[in-house]
Amino acid sequence: MSAPEQTPGGSYAPALETPRSPYKRSRSTRPNWELHGWLFMRMSGLALIVLVFGHLFINLVQGEGIHQVDWGFVAGKWSSPFWQTWDLLMLWLAQLHGTNGVRTVINDYAERDATRFWLKMALYLATVIVLVVGTLVIFTFDPCADPTRNFDFCSAA
Amino acid sequence: MATSLTPPSQGKKSGLKPAGTLYRGREGMWSWVMHRISGVLIFFFLFVHVLDTATVRVSPEVYDAVINQYKNPVMGLGEAGLVGAVVFHALNGVRIILVDFWHKGTQHQRKLFWGVVVVWFALMVPFLVRHLTNVFTH
Ligand code: HEM
Ligand code: HEM
Repeated sequence: MSAPEQTPGGSYAPALETPRSPYKRSRSTRPNWELHGWLFMRMSGLALIVLVFGHLFINLVQGEGIHQVDWGFVAGKWSSPFWQTWDLLMLWLAQLHGTNGVRTVINDYAERDATRFWLKMALYLATVIVLVVGTLVIFTFDPCADPTRNFDFCSAA
Repeated sequence: MATSLTPPSQGKKSGLKPAGTLYRGREGMWSWVMHRISGVLIFFFLFVHVLDTATVRVSPEVYDAVINQYKNPVMGLGEAGLVGAVVFHALNGVRIILVDFWHKGTQHQRKLFWGVVVVWFALMVPFLVRHLTNVFTH
């Protein structure tokens, strides 16, 4: 096979502009999604350090660690708007950060267009499921639903 | 087919095999590989974790049964691994951010990596003592 005009830069030399030709400075008006994604990975990462480390400390280190975790433990935490907000932020930031990260990994390794497309569809579907289920659970959870456990914050009503 | 683009050292006469083309970087490559593996691992954990936490809405009995699965020694070791991955990913994330935004970040990137390793041990040793004591002496 004889390749036509092989140059070190590719098959065809790019057209050269004349030295003084005016330089077009008009910026694209489209938002730059990859740049925003890049910034989001860094900002969400910093927030997640506090959120996830705090989560692991409260649930896994202090008290009895993993052995303290049961329905009543969750009821105690989610009776407080503080932990509800904490978990909601952690849920959305971790899931969106993770989705954007895995999207990069898929783009890097899945070479066929169709494979890449379907892997990303599966990724986005999983993301929507986790965000919807996770959000609903935080907001619809009733810490007083179990009549056999009498938390003092339940008797008030 | 030898063309003028073939470097002289790879010609037949030298008798040397061409060097492998597999990229083997140093700290920079390994931190990248580990960052990627840990990120994907945490992603899959989070998927399972949100679904099993959702059973709090089914009934206290179901949630307690699910969460009790996390309390045996095998899962306890899994949790230790998960925390190790989270701590590495977080510390190395800070290293990436410093390399990107701190004007001396690229210059010190190798030292920053060893900083990540040192802080990782400093956090993991006390954590493992605490967590493994909880898991194995209950
Ligand atoms: C083995 C370690 C872990 C244990 C024992 C644990 C335990 C729990 C428990 C008991 C809850 C219920 C609510 C609460 O306590 O705040 C919860 C919720 C949650 N956890 Fe964890 N967790 C662990 C690791 C993680 C990690 C590494 C992440 C982040 C990547 C995470 C993210 C979340 C999120 C987002 C929720 C809220 C779920 C929802 O909205 O329904 N957890 N976890
Ligand atoms: C704890 C705090 C965290 C910090 C500081 C952090 C930081 C970062 C940073 C700086 C990046 C690089 C983005 C880039 O190269 O443009 C990244 C990538 C990534 N993160 Fe995180 N992250 C954290 C938590 C998480 C969590 C909870 C997950 C999973 C749900 C996750 C999954 C990923 C994935 C999959 C990637 C892509 C890796 C790659 O492209 O090789 N991260 N993270």
